[in-house]
Parts: sequence; C-alpha cells; structure tokens
Amino acid sequence: MGFDVGYLTNNFSEVWALLLQHLQMTGLALLVAIALAVPIALLISRFRWLGLPIMGTLGILYTIPSLALIIFLVPLFGLNATSVVVAMVIYTQVILVRNLTVGLNSINPAVIEAARGMGMTAWQRWWRVQVPLVLPVFVAGVRIATIVSIAIATIGAKFNAGGLGKLLFDGIQTNRYDKIWAGSITVALLAFALNALLLWLEKQSNPLRRVKLS
Amino acid sequence: MSIIQFDQVSLRFPRAPRPAVDRVTCQISAGELVVILGPSGCGKTTLLKMVNRLYEPTGGAIYLGGTNIRQLKATKLRQQIGYVIQQSGLFPHMTVADNIAVVPKLLGWSKPQIQMRIDELLHLVRLPPAEYRHRYPAQLSGGQQQRVGIARALAGDPATLLMDEPFGAIDAITRTALLDEILRLQRQLQKTILFVSHDVEEALRLADRIIVMREGQIVQFDTPFKLLTQPADSFVYSLLGADDMVRQLGLLRVSSAMIGLPADYTNGNKPSLSADDSLRDALSLILKTGAQELSVVQDGQPVGLLTLDHIRESALVGDGV
Ligand SMILES: Nc1ncnc2c1ncn2[C@@H]1O[C@H](COP(=O)(O)OP(=O)(O)OP(=O)(O)O)[C@@H](O)[C@H]1O
Ligand SMILES: [Mg+2]
Repeated sequence: MGFDVGYLTNNFSEVWALLLQHLQMTGLALLVAIALAVPIALLISRFRWLGLPIMGTLGILYTIPSLALIIFLVPLFGLNATSVVVAMVIYTQVILVRNLTVGLNSINPAVIEAARGMGMTAWQRWWRVQVPLVLPVFVAGVRIATIVSIAIATIGAKFNAGGLGKLLFDGIQTNRYDKIWAGSITVALLAFALNALLLWLEKQSNPLRRVKLS
Repeated sequence: MSIIQFDQVSLRFPRAPRPAVDRVTCQISAGELVVILGPSGCGKTTLLKMVNRLYEPTGGAIYLGGTNIRQLKATKLRQQIGYVIQQSGLFPHMTVADNIAVVPKLLGWSKPQIQMRIDELLHLVRLPPAEYRHRYPAQLSGGQQQRVGIARALAGDPATLLMDEPFGAIDAITRTALLDEILRLQRQLQKTILFVSHDVEEALRLADRIIVMREGQIVQFDTPFKLLTQPADSFVYSLLGADDMVRQLGLLRVSSAMIGLPADYTNGNKPSLSADDSLRDALSLILKTGAQELSVVQDGQPVGLLTLDHIRESALVGDGV
C-alpha cells in the first residue's frame, strides 16, 4: 500500500510503451483540436453573432462528465482509442476556441487598421501581426488543453484505448498497489513535464516579456 | 505627380439614413498640406479612408496623380501612401526598427537599404537610433510613439501622406512640438499631406488650405486667411471662431492691412515692423509705444503705413455675417 516504485523500475519497457501510447493519444487529439479550433475562432472573430451559439454548445458539451461522453461516443466510433480521442477533441474545443477568440479580439483594432493601411495582404496580416500577437494566449490555452487531455486519456484505458490508465485500472482490479503507483507517478510526471515545456514556450512567444526580463 | 482629385465622391454606409460623405469634389495639389476640418461625425475620417481604399466610395471617383485608384491593386496603392492614425497603431510585438521596416520589406528593399532607411528616419523624427532602434512600443511615451508612427509612414518614401488626428491623444505641449515637426518635415520633404483634425488652432497652424466639412459635404475649401476673412457662411464663421478677434489678428499679416506710402511720407522716427509680422504684433507695438502710426518695412525699405484704424477694419472684415 505504501509508496512503491518497484513495478516502475522492473517493468520499465512496458510502462514506457504505455507512456508512448498515452502521448500519442494526447498529441493526436491536440492536433485535431487545434486544426478545428483555429478556423472556428476565426469565424467567430469575423462574424461576432456566431460566438454565442458556438461557445454555448461547446460549453454544454464541456459540462458532460468525460466518462459519460466517451460512453455516448462508443456506439459511433467503437470500443477503442478513436472514441477517447474524439472525446478529448470535444473537451479541448471550449478551452482552445475561447482562448483564441479572446486573444484575437484583444488585438487593438488600430493595429489591424495600420496593417491594412500599410498594404499588407490578409495573409501577411495573419502571419506577421495576428499570429505573433495571439501566440502567447494561444499557447496558454494549449497548455490547459494538454493537461485536460492527459487526464481524459487516462480514463481511455477503460475503453480499450491503452495508455497509462491501463496500469491504474489493472492495479485496482487485481489489488496491485505497485501498478497503481507506477501509473500515477508516470501520469503526474508527464503532466508536469508538458506543463513546464508549454509554460516555457508561452514565455518565449511573448516578446514584451523577454524585454522586461533583460 | 501626387495630385489628389475627388470627383463627386460619396459614401453611404449600409442602412445609414444619409451619406457619410456627400458628393465631394475638390483637388489637392502636389506638395500641399491640406487639413480636413469639421465637427465630430461630419465624415472626415470616411473621406480620408477612401483615398487608400480602406473604404470604397459608393459614388464618384478618386484620382491619384491622374490615375483612378480603383484601377490599382489596393495593397500596392496603400504601400505608396503613408498612413498615420490617432492611436499610432504600432505593432506591439515589433521593435521600433521592425515597425519602420514593414513597408520597405513589403516593397522588397534590400536589407542594408532598409537598415540605412531606419536610421535616416529615426534621425528625421529626432529619436537617436542608438537609443530607440531596439525598443518596443510599450517602452515609448505617447509622443515618441507618434514620431515612430510618422517615421513608419514615411519609410517607403511615399509622395502622399494621410494623417487622421495623429496628435489627438497627446498633451498640448508635445502636440505643439509635433506640429512644428510636421511643418519642418513638410518643408524638407514636400509631401502631399491630407491631415484630419477637429482642432481649429491645429488646422490654422498647419494648413496651406483647409477643407471645412459639415454633414458629409464641403462647405468651404480655402486658405486660412480667406476662411477667416471671407467665411462662406455662419457655420464656417463660428467654427473658425472668427469672432475671436485676438486670434484672428494673430493669423493675419501686417501686409494684409497696411496702406501704401503717401506721397508726403516722412519717417519721423515712427516705430517700424516687418510686413510679415502679424497684426497682433502690430497692435502690441502701438499699445506699447503709444504711436499713432507704424511704418512697415520690407528688406530694410519702408513699404507702407499702419494705424489702429487699419487694424480694426481688417479685424471686422469677417463680421457682418
Ligand atoms: N463603419 C461605419 N459604418 C457605419 N457608419 C459609419 C461607419 N464609420 C462611420 N460611420 C458614420 O459616418 C459618419 C461619418 O463618420 P466619420 O468617422 O467619417 O466622422 P469624423 O468626421 O471622422 O468624426 P470624428 O471627428 O469624430 O472622428 C458618422 O455619422 C458615423 O456614424
Ligand atoms: Mg474621425
């Protein structure tokens, strides 16, 4: 019952494989989620009236417990990792879309007008002005979405999706506390590491912060 | 070359009850500094933004250097026109140097050329490059930000400059300094400048000519002197504060009120002043010396006489409206 890293050190390659599976699910879900969130946020910032219905729907989806959400998705996508990844995408949409919309709307309109007035094309305005200005806020959103994804991926083991949750659920079923320790330590380490990495990226993406430090 | 012509230009925003700009026709000569003046909401900004096609007119046409601007690609047109706005609109994530470099980069200038241009412009707006090049806009005062905004607008060496209340949010002292700066730059660079203002003092100080607007239409387009002495109607009269005699005297030159030398002219130690001095200077000289008459000199030669009556008459020219 006490602290036990025995399983972790003795079965490192198994834990490593589960960790990779966990990362794969999280990474895939985030990629899909970002690919969806960017155009949605752009639509909202262009057509303001879309904001309420879209954010409302996403907000309602966000209140469904993750376990229940995955169960809803199983008949559609099967008892496998796909259902879990889809659930992660749905959950992280609220976070990403909200952060992006807030970020885009917080750009001073005078700055966009100046960019237009100087003869930048829409493409140049997006890459040279909007993206750099929104990046710090966006990375902050990705960071929170990552943590949420890691947590949901853990539940995924219940649905045949693999990942570190497998250690936890196996451990609970067979009363193997060493397995539970191995699972929870690794999930926690993963969450901490990714959080730290993204925090660092967040700082890097903010030129003003870089200046203030020097 | 950079003549701006408005030909029956109108813009009615969707669902607006009346046009924001209504059949404006006028011509701005190359190298001229024209101020668009009028009360809030009269269409100054709208008129200005049609020149770089941030707005498209719903009627009429605008010509730049003889070319209908609709025939140009909007981005190309804008790269040829400097644009300065009230809140500077500097890019907060770029240094001063990078902000200034934006248009030269869009124009495809070489790196060394751009670097030289940045230093040249920072000198021009009196911000020593060594100190300011690498700062971010957040590290500048409001006045300094506007200087960078002006440098940025000049970066691509445009023949035309559009300025929309560039000093609206700046304290009075800094503002006066920046206005002098604009006048100096204008003498030095000979740009065609369209400058929006709702500040009469600012307009009178800067303009070669002033477009007075009201409810989307041009009421009068004339020199400051003509506007003060021959206002088209009571609206122009009260807008310019032509009833403020002291201000008016400060703007009119001695040469506009004096009479020629009489045949029996003798100097007799009259106090003298230059023909280019203002009538306000003349008035204080009369009050100070108690003299009946002043002699007006130009290049060391007496050219005319000025009495208190002459001053009073010219101050009352604009009255009877
Ligand atoms: N994008 C827009 N859509 C609809 N109406 C507009 C728009 N921009 C301006 N207007 C209207 O057009 C008229 C002229 O506006 P404009 O901004 O040109 O005034 P202005 O003379 O620049 O005023 P100010 O001195 O306050 O800046 C106003 O009645 C304004 O409400
Ligand atoms: Mg305006």
